[in-house]
Amino acid sequence: MNTIGWPNFRSLNQEGIVFAIAVVLFVAAAIGLPGFIDPNNLVAIVRSVSVLGILALGMAVVIIGRGIDLSAVAIMAMSVAWYLQLLNTGTSDGLAFAYVLAGVLAIGLLNGFLVAYADVPAIFVTLATGSFVFGYVRSQLITQDAVPVPQGHWVELLGGLRFLDIPIEVFVFAGLAFLFFLFLRYTKWGRYIYFAGDNPVAARNIGIPVRPMLVLRYVLSAFVAVIAGLLTAASLHSINTRVVNSTLLYDIVLVAVIGGIGLSGGRGGVRNVLVGAALIGILLNAMTIIDIPLLYQNLIKAAILLGAIIVDGILNPRDEQTAQQGDI
Amino acid sequence: MKLIRTLMAAATALAVTAFVAPSFAADDPGPAAYAQALKGKRVMLVPLAMGFDLAQGWAHYLKKEVDAWGGTFETRDPNWVVDAGAQAITDAISSDTRPDVLIIHAPDLNSYSKLMKKAQAAGTYVLLVDNPANFPADAFVGSDWDRLGQLEAEAAIKGCGENSSKKIGLVQGDQANSSSLYQYAGIMKVLDKHPDFKVVAKPDSNWDATTSRNVTTTMLQQNPDICSIIDFWDGDATGASAAIRDAKLDGKVFLVTTGGGEKAADCDKLQDGTYGAVVMTDLAHQSGDMNAIIKFLLQSGQPAGTSHTYIYTLEKATTKADLKPDSCWDLKALQAEAAAK
Repeated sequence: MNTIGWPNFRSLNQEGIVFAIAVVLFVAAAIGLPGFIDPNNLVAIVRSVSVLGILALGMAVVIIGRGIDLSAVAIMAMSVAWYLQLLNTGTSDGLAFAYVLAGVLAIGLLNGFLVAYADVPAIFVTLATGSFVFGYVRSQLITQDAVPVPQGHWVELLGGLRFLDIPIEVFVFAGLAFLFFLFLRYTKWGRYIYFAGDNPVAARNIGIPVRPMLVLRYVLSAFVAVIAGLLTAASLHSINTRVVNSTLLYDIVLVAVIGGIGLSGGRGGVRNVLVGAALIGILLNAMTIIDIPLLYQNLIKAAILLGAIIVDGILNPRDEQTAQQGDI
Repeated sequence: MKLIRTLMAAATALAVTAFVAPSFAADDPGPAAYAQALKGKRVMLVPLAMGFDLAQGWAHYLKKEVDAWGGTFETRDPNWVVDAGAQAITDAISSDTRPDVLIIHAPDLNSYSKLMKKAQAAGTYVLLVDNPANFPADAFVGSDWDRLGQLEAEAAIKGCGENSSKKIGLVQGDQANSSSLYQYAGIMKVLDKHPDFKVVAKPDSNWDATTSRNVTTTMLQQNPDICSIIDFWDGDATGASAAIRDAKLDGKVFLVTTGGGEKAADCDKLQDGTYGAVVMTDLAHQSGDMNAIIKFLLQSGQPAGTSHTYIYTLEKATTKADLKPDSCWDLKALQAEAAAK
């Protein structure tokens, strides 16, 4: 029907808009900014959003299932800080790792249990567990904001790993993105997440195990956070728990939402995360090359998030039939 | 022989007890006045956070002294949150156990000004440490950040050398903290005198290591011939150093930063070549200055808010060449010492 002439603007969704903006920005930067198109710079762009993108993948799965995980950054920083602290005080590597994974599993289960079975809104549960994880680990388990990686440890070696001169984070991000794609698209539980996110009650009525799956998503998000934390520590040779106070958490939500994953659940996928991450990566890199002060960078980022949320609200209106108190 | 010695010792002991007790020989009025003025006084430290080397070092040296003169030393940990710091100060002022001396590590030029005024009105001496603020505190103890920036710039120029590209990159902290603003001013003062040296980029790290890494990566990508980078804090300079390492420019880019002179944070990294030069704060002396001014103020009888003293810490740019065993203090050793007690 509409094969020739103007593109069909009605069919243009948020992902399309953001993708178009990213392409325009990319072309403009490639023409206007010297050195932007350099392969090394392109690798640097992807790398700068790798950890962010990995965290956003975990967040995406939770949001598609109509939830949100505000404890992701706390879990990322504190689990790895605790792990490194254990290593620095002489605990054996295997044991330290087992402790940390057990702790992370416990927090993921707690998040999921409170949301799924106690029916507490996800935004409050994860806000609380995030604060708890930060407070407990910071006050009881580690002595310093920044915990260094012991010299010669595998985490340090991981940071130096390169294939074809491309840092390891990029491959981990790509690999995880592919796995999440397979999970969401081709597994039964992956498909169920969309049903549960779109209409939890209907999903439950047709026999989908909505609650156990909800728990699984928060556990998944917690483990993804650990991977992101390990990669951060690998690159910097230390982890600084101050990151919990930073805007990283909002950046993660930004990447997911801006790519077009509706906060009301049931929509979006890995592609949306990639588009969101691409836009943020290009934007930050270009702003740094132009030497825009951080204050303005945050302003621009915030304005884009606001715009994306407004567009999201218009394109993905709240479903009055299934909306609940406490949904975001 | 033995008998004589014993007798003599006994006689001396007798003589001492007989004469000394009523004599005036030991009557130095100092210790008594000192004890009277200081005993039971409360000192509270409110740093930006207790979780980093400077705050832990200050707390260690202050506590040692305050305990020794019979006072009470407390700390509050706002954990980098300005509101939490304000709350801690408010609570301290209005509590029954109002501190006699409040040591504040200001997050920016203005946030705590009103609270500090309130504290002084209540009779608490206010000491500002490390970060200056727009407030006439009873004393400021810390770095002259402008001077510190000048030292960094001089170290960077020296690290670059005459035959270099003369391109310098800055990784600033933010645009609100006085330490970042004054440091920048100091650096530019020196660079103005060396017009052949140019600042090619000056992004902010927001004191975050990952951000520092990302902006430094971009900076090096755009200007691979940069000869020196000045990162405004050793807390995030690990990021800048990671970017240099990743770009395989180790040894080619002279990384200058500043820090509290902690061994693992500064000296070890000078030793292994991560940092080219670090302008280090002599933490033990800085804490000593604080201790001295606290002792002075508590004995002075002067009302809080009437004296305005600036005590700048001696700063020095240290490189690998002039690294000495005592160039740094060791946080691990202090923690072990505290744990042993």
